[in-house]
Amino acid sequence: MTEKYAFLEKVGREPSNLIKGLQAVQGVEGYVSDESIRAISEYFGIPEVEVEGVLSFYAQFKRVKPGKYKIAVCDGTACHIKGSPLVQEWVSRALGISDGETDEKGHFSLETVACLGCCSLAPVMSVNGRVYAKLDRKTTIKILKEYEAK
Amino acid sequence: MSDAKIKKIRVGVASCGIAAGAEAVMDLLKKEAGAIPVEGTGCLGHCYAEPMVEVLLDNGESVIYRDVKADEKAVRNILSVGPENRFEIPPVRKAKELVKVLALAGRIDPTSFEDYVANGGYKGLEKALAMTSAEVIDEVKLSGLRGRGGGGFPTGNKWGFLAAKQADEKILICNADEGDPGAFMDRALMESAPHQVLEGMLIAAYATGATKLFIYCRAEYPMAIKHLKIAIAQIYEHKLNVVAGRELEIIIKEGAGAFVCGEETALIASLEGQRGTPRFRPPFPTDKGWMGYPSMINNVETFGNIPLILREGGAEFAKVGTEGSKGTKIFALAGDLKYPGLVEVPMGITLREIVFDIGGADPEKVKAVQTGGPSGGCIPVELFDTPVDYDSLKKLGAIMGSGGMIVIGKDRCMVETARYFLDFTHRESCGKCTFCRVGTTRMYETLERNVAGKGEMSDIELLENLGPKIRMGSLCGLGQTAPNPVLATLRYYRHEYEAHVRDHQCEALQCNALVDLKLDQSKCVKCKLCIKNCPVGAISDDFVIDNTKCTRCNTCLDMCPKKAIRRVKKGSN
Repeated sequence: MTEKYAFLEKVGREPSNLIKGLQAVQGVEGYVSDESIRAISEYFGIPEVEVEGVLSFYAQFKRVKPGKYKIAVCDGTACHIKGSPLVQEWVSRALGISDGETDEKGHFSLETVACLGCCSLAPVMSVNGRVYAKLDRKTTIKILKEYEAK
Repeated sequence: MSDAKIKKIRVGVASCGIAAGAEAVMDLLKKEAGAIPVEGTGCLGHCYAEPMVEVLLDNGESVIYRDVKADEKAVRNILSVGPENRFEIPPVRKAKELVKVLALAGRIDPTSFEDYVANGGYKGLEKALAMTSAEVIDEVKLSGLRGRGGGGFPTGNKWGFLAAKQADEKILICNADEGDPGAFMDRALMESAPHQVLEGMLIAAYATGATKLFIYCRAEYPMAIKHLKIAIAQIYEHKLNVVAGRELEIIIKEGAGAFVCGEETALIASLEGQRGTPRFRPPFPTDKGWMGYPSMINNVETFGNIPLILREGGAEFAKVGTEGSKGTKIFALAGDLKYPGLVEVPMGITLREIVFDIGGADPEKVKAVQTGGPSGGCIPVELFDTPVDYDSLKKLGAIMGSGGMIVIGKDRCMVETARYFLDFTHRESCGKCTFCRVGTTRMYETLERNVAGKGEMSDIELLENLGPKIRMGSLCGLGQTAPNPVLATLRYYRHEYEAHVRDHQCEALQCNALVDLKLDQSKCVKCKLCIKNCPVGAISDDFVIDNTKCTRCNTCLDMCPKKAIRRVKKGSN
């Protein structure tokens, strides 16, 4: 095990902890790289192809490096009814990236998620886990500008 | 108000409170309150009034404030127990709701063991431990409690199955993978009263002989996970994890974003570190579950009910509700209504009471309500006198589901609503069963075509034909219920489908491909806000909208101070 992935030791080697291991890697690196798949495969004694098989099943795991600010636009039922497709379009247009993409500077990445669980404050989006509620075009653009300046 | 002193201040800092800005309010209050303790608490369920602050006075009274801003004026008002922004539960709602399972939510510090115990916590476990395990199961059977995750299976019977098994190890799993978009009851319960869920699990472990306890929680709920972890550490500290001489292990596993993992066999596969695909039953998990051990899965809210049943007795619990559905149910109300949030009501209450009396929706503007999320169906306003219980909803082609309830207004298109749900299910289908994998995709494509104005009359037939086949040809609940939103909307709103495919019209004016935008020159004040803000330059200098350029993004509608721009039927310009 390389020094870089020494933190996997805390996860526990039983194969049932594979998802936990992948979550640990993503927690540290922000995504799951080819290199980390090799490290995980070695650690759990599971072939790389099977590791890839499991991680590609779950929406949480990213294979592309995300931006510094990860924007998640909620498209749960309540948000959808309250106009989340518009929120997606506003964000997309303002940043020039679409669902699943990271901008060239690596500053922003955008994804659509199923539900953030704040349905009564719809429509919502989150930036690095911080939830912004009751969005309209003006507030959405304002929030993006704030992060742009950071 | 008498000159009672403030004893304590509580700020609602569950996820939705924070989204509304409660953290800044709490920080400011902490700074200004001096020696008065300021605590975080969970969710009161009145999401429309967040951020909320409760002021407890030393005479036992309390005052709740709503829509609190993080500014000096608001803080001064609170610290002086002032009259502004006081919150009262709307009286109609108060008369209809019955808060039992959520009684502690927003009333205690969720991270405090002592707070929970001081409010009757772990009394249920204490009572259970004084009984035999068989007596505990009988009590749960007597209560008539049915699974709150959507299935509605009698909980006591399930416990009986696991208790009857002989094995080296038995597994208990709490399904906290609340994946239905539009449902957030379980999140609120875990964030606001984590010990209540855990107490239910400990009682179940005692009754069934389980020794390994898993909580499978979605990773999207970081605060729920945090509070559960704190609570588990406190349980270990107080040795409550030792029941009848057996030491229990309590493990939290985070889900990784797959809706199908709400299905029990898929959830178990995921817990084993594999792809979360369901498998054929039998063998049922109680025979062969996690790593081959007998396992039992209950939902968060089901466990949340258990301490109450033990505390008050199964017979007392069963006094609330209807013949086949006992107790209360928590619903997450959202959509087109005045008071979105969490509400706990006795089973058997009518949809009318929930949507109009409690939710404050405008009867003139409501078209339908969607229960059970993407697995459920819509119920039109004409049928709102239906009592809410497992069996009545099923008869209407909807399901109780886990408790998401989305109110759909008259200006929403039902074809688009169905398309939205199928977009979700076809992406979430794990791909194992052909009918679910391919069938839901075909349904989705058909609906996409219809909302784009490219449908044909034969599409309706195709949808009706596919529905029952997907239902029959799928192993798990996801596939078996996936056609519900389409079949239910077809049943009640067939004319909308027909208008889309035959006339290429969307009467709700929601489907972008079937509407034009029109600027009413007589209302226009020539302020040019629309022209300046149009992202595609579709509005000319003489204020005419070029509908071939327009993307229907609605920016100009929002901007126009005179509401001079409207959506109209395509071609009516």
